[in-house]
Amino acid sequence: MMTASTLLASSGGLIRRAARGTALPVAAILLLALAIWYVGTVFLNASVVTDQYQRDGKTVWTTGELIADTMSMERPVLPAPHQVAAELQKSIFGVKLTSKRNLLYHAWVTFSAAFIGFAFGNLLGIALAIAIVHVKSLERALLPWVIASQTVPTLAIAPMIIVVLGSIGFVGLLPKALISTYLCFFPVTIGMVKGLSSPEPIQLDLMRTYSANEMQMLRYLRLPASLSFLFPSMKVAMALAIVGAIVGELPTGAQAGLGARILAGSYYGQTVQIWSALVAASILSGASVGLIGIGEGWLSRHFGGQA
Amino acid sequence: MTTERQEDAVSPKSGGIPAVEVRDLSLVFQTADAPVHALSHVDLTIAKGEFVSFIGPSGCGKTTLLRVIADLQQATSGTIQVNGTSPRAARLDRAYGYVFQAPALFPWRTVERNITLPLEIMGLNKTEQKARAKRVLDLVNLSGFARKFPWQLSGGMQQRVSIARALSFDPDLLLMDEPFGALDEIIRDHLNEQLLDLWRRTEKTLVFVTHSIPEAVFLSTRIVVMSPRPGRIIDIIESPLPRERTLDIRETAEFAQIAHRVREGLKAGHSYDDR
Repeated sequence: MMTASTLLASSGGLIRRAARGTALPVAAILLLALAIWYVGTVFLNASVVTDQYQRDGKTVWTTGELIADTMSMERPVLPAPHQVAAELQKSIFGVKLTSKRNLLYHAWVTFSAAFIGFAFGNLLGIALAIAIVHVKSLERALLPWVIASQTVPTLAIAPMIIVVLGSIGFVGLLPKALISTYLCFFPVTIGMVKGLSSPEPIQLDLMRTYSANEMQMLRYLRLPASLSFLFPSMKVAMALAIVGAIVGELPTGAQAGLGARILAGSYYGQTVQIWSALVAASILSGASVGLIGIGEGWLSRHFGGQA
Repeated sequence: MTTERQEDAVSPKSGGIPAVEVRDLSLVFQTADAPVHALSHVDLTIAKGEFVSFIGPSGCGKTTLLRVIADLQQATSGTIQVNGTSPRAARLDRAYGYVFQAPALFPWRTVERNITLPLEIMGLNKTEQKARAKRVLDLVNLSGFARKFPWQLSGGMQQRVSIARALSFDPDLLLMDEPFGALDEIIRDHLNEQLLDLWRRTEKTLVFVTHSIPEAVFLSTRIVVMSPRPGRIIDIIESPLPRERTLDIRETAEFAQIAHRVREGLKAGHSYDDR
């Protein structure tokens, strides 16, 4: 009885959600994106297919034939979504999880570097923000460097970091993590400087009437007040950390990781492999950012959020 | 009658040092075009156990004076003592509780944890914190709301929580800056009665800033009338009303007389000629 009613309630929720129109727009956008992708596949691959027809001396073909052929090439300019899906299916479920040919293995290699970089980046970003908020002169002394650091193209600085660290014996995961750190401390610093300065004058005055010291001010007021600024920054930072780890895999010709898959794919013109690695990277980013969102929701409910 | 009143006003904790003693105090803000005289040659003594209101139009320095007492702002000249020490020493000693115009509750803390905030900072143990929170919540008639978050409470209830927070560490001196200014008249009347009751029971010294004449007259044992440009005291009125009062007292002739004198004082301050 109980379970039946709960089940009814939850399915009712699903129906209500669909009726209220949250599910429909999501599905519509997804379908639209797929449609655009398919159209792009046909247009970008058509000339390659017709060239092939010419070489083969084939002069008569129907439009339907051409469209079908653009979607079943071995090395298309742009693979069709179902080709990428098939490749993903094959490389995730078709091989053993521990195999180097399994895409999940490569995703894990990239993610572990990205996550360590993300953790370092958060620590660095928060520490910098605390320093900047508390020492007024540091805002002028540090912030320009923080901003300047992000104007250097990652692609230019990544090989140097790898080479320099490699020469002093650091190889593998750590250099990649450091590139992630380099990219992702920035949004955290900026967000936290704003968040730590967010308490209103009246709240600061209140703490002063308790003769609270700077540490207590930070612990009881500034840090809790900054949480709603930290999470959006963390989401940006997480996505950047994964980009950083992938870029870190490119210049060294790494043997494992999504970046290595992309690199290998481009060596051999395996566009389907490149695209499946790209899709895997975006799914990985989306899932990681989603996890941070779940953490944010939990914390918000725990600390008086109105959700 | 007046002599009797004065004894009455000082009686509860008299004989010692005054709660607040201000001598020839001035505060000047330097602005781009001209200096602003927020306070000019203010003299005032507040005895322990008194309920003193500062009343005046905006810009008369009533909030500034309260903030100087609380060491949230510093005077440019003159002397001020709080509990016989400097305002800074009094603040570091947590000698006063301050209630702001807005409740200033921390939204991420429950009502109870908002109230224990000063106690946590002062390093009291958890059991003591809980006991005190319960006691002051009873005092402001909010027992049962301990686990609620601020946004779940009405404006009047939030302000009562902020009063409970100021009472939690049991300071002898309460400084209140228009605490009921944002609330509607019905709730304000109710809270005024509660505050008066609280003051009588706890025998604290209360310094209360308001711009409402009935509120000032109803609550105070002494009313300090202030005027702007420069911010100064133009009249100090000893209230002949008894310490025990109910809202009905506002219908009496005595009440009307004091209210009239406050109004005359405010008029004499020429505060409206340039508006």
